[in-house]
Amino acid sequence: MADLLIELFSEEIPARMQARAREDLKKLMTDGLVEAGLTYASAGAFSTPRRLVLSVDGLTAESRAVREERKGPNTSAPAAAVEGFLRSTGLTLDQLERRADKKGEVFYAVVEKPGRAAAAIVAEVLEGVIRNFPWPKSMRWGNGALRWVRPLQSILCILTDESGAHVVPLTVDGIVAGNTTEGHRFMGIGRFTVSGFDDYAVKLKRAKVVLDAAEREAAIWQGAQNLAFAAGMEVVPDAGLLAEVAGLVEWPVPLMGRIGEDFLGLPPEVLQTSMKEHQKFFSVKNPKTGRIEGFVTVANIEAADGGAVILKGNQKVLSARLSDAKFFWENDLRVAKAGMGEWVEGLKAVTFHNKLGSQAERVERIAALTREIAPLVGAVADDAERAARLAKLDLRSAMVGEFPELQGVMGRYYALEAGEKAAVADAARDHYSPLGPSDVVPTDPVSVAVALADKIDTLTGFWAIDEKPTGSKDPYALRRAALGVIRLVVANGVRSSLLTMIKHAASRHPEPTKGSSAWGANEILGEKDLGWFVARDALEFFHDRLKVTLRDQGVSHDIIDACLAMPGNDDLALLVKRATALAATLKTEDGANLLQGFKRANNILAQAEAKDGVEYSYGADIKFAETDEERALFVALDAAEATITPAMAAEDFAAAMAAMASLRAPIDAFFTAVQVNSDNPVIRRNRLNLLHRIRAVCSGVADLTRIEG
Amino acid sequence: MLCPNGAPMTEATTTPRSFQEIILRLQGYWAAKGCAILQPYDMEVGAGTFHPATTLRSLGTKPWAAAYVQPSRRPTDGRYGENPNRLQHYYQYQVIIKPSPPDLQELYLGSLAAIGIDLGVHDIRFVEDDWESPTLGAWGLGWEVWCDGMEVSQFTYFQQVGGHDCKPVSGELTYGLERLAMYVMGVDHVMDMPFNDPDSPIPLKYGDVFRQTEEEYSRHNFDQADTEMLFQHFKDAEAECDRILAAAQPDKAGRIIVMAHPAYDQTIKASHIFNLLDARGVISVTERQAYIGRVRALAKKCADAFRQTPAGADL
Repeated sequence: MADLLIELFSEEIPARMQARAREDLKKLMTDGLVEAGLTYASAGAFSTPRRLVLSVDGLTAESRAVREERKGPNTSAPAAAVEGFLRSTGLTLDQLERRADKKGEVFYAVVEKPGRAAAAIVAEVLEGVIRNFPWPKSMRWGNGALRWVRPLQSILCILTDESGAHVVPLTVDGIVAGNTTEGHRFMGIGRFTVSGFDDYAVKLKRAKVVLDAAEREAAIWQGAQNLAFAAGMEVVPDAGLLAEVAGLVEWPVPLMGRIGEDFLGLPPEVLQTSMKEHQKFFSVKNPKTGRIEGFVTVANIEAADGGAVILKGNQKVLSARLSDAKFFWENDLRVAKAGMGEWVEGLKAVTFHNKLGSQAERVERIAALTREIAPLVGAVADDAERAARLAKLDLRSAMVGEFPELQGVMGRYYALEAGEKAAVADAARDHYSPLGPSDVVPTDPVSVAVALADKIDTLTGFWAIDEKPTGSKDPYALRRAALGVIRLVVANGVRSSLLTMIKHAASRHPEPTKGSSAWGANEILGEKDLGWFVARDALEFFHDRLKVTLRDQGVSHDIIDACLAMPGNDDLALLVKRATALAATLKTEDGANLLQGFKRANNILAQAEAKDGVEYSYGADIKFAETDEERALFVALDAAEATITPAMAAEDFAAAMAAMASLRAPIDAFFTAVQVNSDNPVIRRNRLNLLHRIRAVCSGVADLTRIEG
Repeated sequence: MLCPNGAPMTEATTTPRSFQEIILRLQGYWAAKGCAILQPYDMEVGAGTFHPATTLRSLGTKPWAAAYVQPSRRPTDGRYGENPNRLQHYYQYQVIIKPSPPDLQELYLGSLAAIGIDLGVHDIRFVEDDWESPTLGAWGLGWEVWCDGMEVSQFTYFQQVGGHDCKPVSGELTYGLERLAMYVMGVDHVMDMPFNDPDSPIPLKYGDVFRQTEEEYSRHNFDQADTEMLFQHFKDAEAECDRILAAAQPDKAGRIIVMAHPAYDQTIKASHIFNLLDARGVISVTERQAYIGRVRALAKKCADAFRQTPAGADL
C-alpha cells in the first residue's frame, strides 16, 4: 500500500475553470489507475489559483499479475487458421500450448502479464492525463508543444509507503517530476520538500496557502461577515461570487470599505453589478436604511500595513467606476423623464439580425403579437401593447450599454420614471423570464403576454430564416425560448392554440428562403402557405422540448406520444394535463391492467375489421348478450360513460381516467369468460361492437395504442 | 520578502516623481533584462501590439526580445481633455519576448517593483483575460494584471497572429502608462500628473503637454475628419497593400525582395482610418464587422508575406 500525491503547479488558472479541473483530474487519474489494475481506498482533489492537486490513499503497490488463456484452432487445422491465431495473439508457434480436447488436439495461447509497479503505472497514466487534459481552452508557451491552461511550471509526484516518499520517475515535455513545491507568490518561504499529503498541507499553510477551496470560501465568508457585523451591516450572499473569489486567492484576506455618499442614490442592482462584475466585490447592506452602502474585497496578501493601501486603491477604482455609472444613470433618467423618445429612435439603428430587421421592427412585431395574445392571458390589450413597445427601450440606455446583464431591470426603473403603470414597467423587467430552468415564471398577465410574444417572435423568426438549433449549436438560445414558452403556458394555465400564435408571428416574418427546410417541405407538398410549414415545424420543436421537460419529470416518451396523437395538441397546457393524468393512472395496478384489456380488445377488433373489411363501430345491444360477464360489461360501460362524458367536458382527465380504470375488472372477466368469435354471426357482430365501445370509451384522453408494454 | 526560489525579491524602490521617470525606469529595467529598447513606430496605431516589432516579429522561429514606448491613438476615447482617465492619445509600454521565458511573471513583477510598487503592501493579481484582436487575426491567453483592483497591465501568450500559429510562443506585456503612473503617484486627474520632475526649472504637467492636443484632436476626430476622403484613403491603403505584396518579382539581378513591412504599413493605415471613421459615427454595426474583416485580410496577407522573409522564416 502507498499514498500518491500529485501537484501540477502552473501560472494562474482561471477561477471559473478550477472546480471542473479538480473533478477531471480525480476522475481521469483514478479511472486510469484502476484500468491499469491498481486499486485505491480514497481520493481527493484540490485547487488553488496556481495548483491542481490529487491525493490518493491506499494505492496498491503493484497491479495483479494476469494470466489469460485463449483456445485456438485444432492442431490439424489449415495453416491459414493457425497463422490467424498467431497474429491475433502476437505469439509464435513454439509459444503455443497443445492440449487434448474432445475433437483432438487443440492449440492454446497462454499469456502471462506480470504485475507492474505502481510507480510505472502512475507515471504512464499521469503523462496521458496531462497531455490530454480537457481544459475548456488551453495554450502553448515558450518553445514547447505541450498544452496546458497556462504555462505548467512544475510537477510534484510522489508515492509514500513505510519506507518513505519516492519520486515517481516522469518527464513531460522537459518538466521533470520531483518532490518539491512552493507556497504563496509573495508570502512564501521558497521551494520546499514534501513527503506526503499531510506534510504537504501543513507546509503549504506555513507558506501561506490554503489548499482547499471550501476552506478558503468559508474563511472569506466568515471574515466578510465579521467585518460587516462589526459595522452593524450585513453581507449580501452570492454563492457564485464566493466560489469565484476563492479561486482568485491562495490566502484570502477580506477587507471592508464604504461606498461614497455620492453614489448611494444609484439603484442597488447597479451598485451590486458594477462591484461584482468589475471588481469581484461583495455588496454590504445597511439593515437600517436597506441600502447597499459598503463592500468587501478579498486580497491575496497579508499586507505590512494591514491592507490600508490595498483598500484605498480598491476604493479609488470603485469611485471611478461608480462615477461612470452615475453619469449613465443621470443621463438615462433625463431621457426617461422626457418619455424615452430618443431611445425609440435609437432602436431603429440597431440591427437585431440582418435577415430579421432592426430592433425597432422587432418591437413592432412583438407589440402586434402581444395585442393578440393579451385576451388569451387576461391582460388589458392596451397595457400589454404599451409594455411591449417599452420593453426593449433600455437596450439603448447608457447603463445597459455598460452592463448588458441589467437589461430589463433598468427598463423597469426608466418606465416608472416615464410615468408608466406599474404592470407595464414590471413587464419591461420580467418579459425576459423565465431564463433558466430555475428562474421564476412571470404571473402578471401583462408580463406573461409580452414574455410569450417576445419568445414566439424570436423563435418563429429564426425558423423562417432557417437558423434552427443543430446538435449542441444553439447560438440564438432558441431551446431556452421554447422552454420559456412552455413554462409560461403551463404555469399560468394559458389555454389557446400555440399554432395560431406561431402562424400570426410567422406572417410578420420574411417568407422562408429557397433551399431552406421549410421551403423543401413546401415543394414536396405543393402548398402555397409557406408560413404554415414554418409554424408546423416550429410546433414540432416545441413538442420536442416539452418531451424533454416531461421526461425529466418522469413521464415517458410513449405517454407523451399518446397524448400528442389527440386533437388540439398545440394547446400545451391541455397536453400536459392529459399526459400527467395518463401517467398517474398507468402507475396504478388498475391502470396498467386496463391498458392490457384495452389492447386486447383493440387487437381483436382490428383483426376482425381487417378480415371483414368493415368497421364495427355501432349497435352493441345488451339483448344479444349471452353471459353474465357480457351483460356486466354493458352495465359497467354505461356507468363509466356516465362519469367520463361530463369529466371530459370539464377536462377533468384524472376523473375520466379513474372511471376508465374501473372498467378493468369487468373487461378482464369478459375476456376470461367470453369467446368473441362466436359461430353465431349476430352474436359475434354484437361482441365486436361491444369491443368498439371499450375502445371508444378509453380513447378520450389519449391514444392508448401508442403506449408501450 | 523572498522570491519563490528563496532569493530576496528586488527591494521596492522609491516612488517615481514624474511620468517620464516611470518610462525611464521601465526602459532601464527591461534593457537590463536584455531587451532591445526600440523607439515608437512612426505611424498612427491603436495599440503597441500594432508595432511591427510585435505583430510581425512574433511570427517565425527567430528569437526576439524588444521593449518600447508606443504612442497609441483611440479616436473614440477622446474627451476633450476633461475626463480624468480617458484620452484619445496615450502611451503604452510594450515588451515582447520570443520564446516566452519561463520566468516571465517574475520578470514582470520585478518591473513593478522597479517603478516603486512595493509588492509587500499591494495586492497583485493575475485575472483571466483572453486577448483577441479581430483586426490582426490574432489571439492569445493570459491575464489582466490587477494592482489593488486596478488593471495595470495586459499579459498575453500569443497563440496566433495574422492567422499563423505562433511557434514558438511570444510573451507580450502591455502597460497602460498613464493609468499606472497616476496610480503609483497618487494622482486623480491625468492632466495634473507631473510630466517631468516637479523640481525642474520648468516643471511641466501632463496637461501642459497634452490638454490642448486632446481638445484639438477630439474636435477633429468627432466632428471634422473628412469622411469622404477617409473612405477613399481606406480603399487606397487596401489597394496599395495588395499591389506592394504582388510586386515581389525578381529584379534585373534576379533578386526577389518581399516587401512585407511596406505592405504592413498600409494595414496600419487602414486600421487607423477605420478607427477615425468609427469615431465619426459613419460606420453602421453591420458595416463595422465588414471593415474589421477587410483590415484582418490585409494583416493576414502581410503575415503570410513576412513568413517568406529572412526575419519571419522558420530556421
